[in-house]
Amino acid sequence: MTKLKIEDLDKIAEDVRRKMTIREGGGKVKITVHMGTCGIAAGARTVMSAFLNEIDINNIKDVIITTSGCAGLCSKEPMATVEYGEQAPVKYIELNETKVKKIFDDHVLKGKFVQEYALAIGSERIQ
Amino acid sequence: MKNYRLQLMVCAGTGCVSNHSFEIKDALENAIGKHNLQNEAQVVLTGCNGFCGAGPILVVQPDNIFYQLLKPTDVPLIVEEHLVKGRPVKKFVYTPPAEKNPIPKMSEIPFFSDQTLIALRNRGMIDPENIDDYIARGGYKALGKVLSSMTPDEVLQEIKNSGLRGRGGGGFPTGVKWETCKHAHGDERYVICNADEGDPGAFMDRSIIEGDPHSVIEGMIIGAYAIENVRQGYIYVRMEYPLAIKRFQIAIEHAREFGLLGNNIFDKGFNFDIEVRRGAGAFVCGESTALMASIEGKPGEPRAKYIHTVEKGLWDKPTCLNNVETWVNVPQIILRGAKWFSSIGTGDVSVDAWGGSKGTKVFSLAGKVNNTGLVEVPMGITLRDIIYKIGGGIKDNKKFKAVQTGGPSGGFIPESMLDLPVDYEELTKVGSMMGSGGMVVTDEENCMVDMAKYFLKFTQEESCGKCIPCREGTKRMLDILENITIGKGTEDDLVLLEELSNMIVESSLCALGGSAPNPVLTTLKYFREEYEKHVIDKKCPAHICSQLNTYSIDEKLCLEIGHGCDVCKKYCPDGAIIGERKKVHYIEPAKCSKCGACYDVCNFNAVKVQ
Repeated sequence: MTKLKIEDLDKIAEDVRRKMTIREGGGKVKITVHMGTCGIAAGARTVMSAFLNEIDINNIKDVIITTSGCAGLCSKEPMATVEYGEQAPVKYIELNETKVKKIFDDHVLKGKFVQEYALAIGSERIQ
Repeated sequence: MKNYRLQLMVCAGTGCVSNHSFEIKDALENAIGKHNLQNEAQVVLTGCNGFCGAGPILVVQPDNIFYQLLKPTDVPLIVEEHLVKGRPVKKFVYTPPAEKNPIPKMSEIPFFSDQTLIALRNRGMIDPENIDDYIARGGYKALGKVLSSMTPDEVLQEIKNSGLRGRGGGGFPTGVKWETCKHAHGDERYVICNADEGDPGAFMDRSIIEGDPHSVIEGMIIGAYAIENVRQGYIYVRMEYPLAIKRFQIAIEHAREFGLLGNNIFDKGFNFDIEVRRGAGAFVCGESTALMASIEGKPGEPRAKYIHTVEKGLWDKPTCLNNVETWVNVPQIILRGAKWFSSIGTGDVSVDAWGGSKGTKVFSLAGKVNNTGLVEVPMGITLRDIIYKIGGGIKDNKKFKAVQTGGPSGGFIPESMLDLPVDYEELTKVGSMMGSGGMVVTDEENCMVDMAKYFLKFTQEESCGKCIPCREGTKRMLDILENITIGKGTEDDLVLLEELSNMIVESSLCALGGSAPNPVLTTLKYFREEYEKHVIDKKCPAHICSQLNTYSIDEKLCLEIGHGCDVCKKYCPDGAIIGERKKVHYIEPAKCSKCGACYDVCNFNAVKVQ
């Protein structure tokens, strides 16, 4: 390993930033893939892989992906929720790889949600 | 590099490792392989999380779910339910004592949320054996800042302004120490990290080293730059800390590879290197002059300090010795500024360096408290908040009796003083001290005479024997305490104890003897009635000193509930218990040596103590 210069510190930090974003629970965008039994049966696995693939291709550092259980609307699975910054969360339904790509390009990267795939804006509240 | 979506942070501090956290790691990797998640989830071994009572610990990120008390057999369920299906497994998460609802999120658990992290800022977040992880959390940035834009004097001034004081016990202002060393006569100087943590029950230094070794190294490099003419630093660690030694050596190796140690650091013409020196684990070697003697290869004994070590220390050269926790504060002060640091804590240090306690302090909370472990709190917090808010109160809802701060030579502080702020001066005023940060909580079932005896026994054994007050004085004190606990004490003994204590404090060569009588002095002051019960009534109110107890068997409980189980008879070493199986048992007082074995083994609470 060659000797570091001061500016190399930022490069190293940038290289491992994705890992750190996950550990710190931060990130600009949070994607939740619903992985209940219904979701998995309907193909949530493919949706998850597609999102991860997009992160890989675009070399994105500040997006975190988590999973959650059934969202209660089993007929519309596979579903995912995208939370962009401070904007309200958006639930997408009946996803597949092509839809994921569009959602990723428009919503995750640019912050414009994709109306035609969306179920609703906002999230149910727990009383 | 793989783009994982999950980081599984397995605690690999010594506490969790001894609770089999490496097996948890293997089980995780196995289960992850089975579910084909190896490209999505990464298992990371971290340093100590501090919540050692809950170990082994697994934190799943980014969900921030805290799993505790895990067994390898629990792991497959977590992987299937949480990692695959996104449902945190409730039965393995933390539930506060006396409450029903579990708290899955780590950030919401009071033990963690009420802490302020500076020294422990990287705990659980980085792999201590990976320098990239440290750099990603802002590591070595302070060093870059110092070497590129600050003069040594500016660095020194910043540390002085921050009000940082020694975290190893003495509380000496760090900036003042650096300055004295810098201006001492001599062409060559040394910096040393004191990692000879010897207090029973204290493990903050070990945890910092095991979890974040680079922060110590970075602090030392900055110190060496500020003091000037320092080319070599030493880290003095005890052999009892094998994992800490290993992590230090790996960290030093990585730092050298990156050119952060050695010649011409960051191409700025500054040279400095560090070596690890191992000690044999003598308590006295935490004392500065004894430590330096030990590094030089001499017996670890202190010397009189007419000339301080900052003037003539290691190999008679000016030497600056700071504790682990002191060093790790340095990079943060440089990065975030003296103003930020001095805004935390008590008092005012702008005129008088001794005028306040700034920043945070790490304590190892132990004893009869629900959440045992490492806690970092801002100076000025009350003892009550530490014990009841972060510590979760006293175990089994017993009554609090006293808290001992500062390790084996700290004093016991009674309940009436629980609202005392944690501050160097305040703790000293009541007869205790900050020390290195041990904190032992006792409850109504502890006998204060017995506690004082326990800690004095430790310091007495660890006395190096060089000076008479400490060697002979502590031995005589221990004899007197021994007598009191077996019913041979007199009221005159209490006066003698006090006299001896004050004499030892005043005339000992080093701080070991100078502080060893603290537990005795404070218990005599705050719990005198307990001593008096021992010497006048010959009774131990907590029933700990078994020689002062009278044992008897409750006939009804023995026969009706225990059905004369005969267990006590088997365990009695004196043959003092008579009775047949399925019949009532009795103790023959004439034969009973009051060992208390029957009391310990009876499952039906039929043995009564008075």
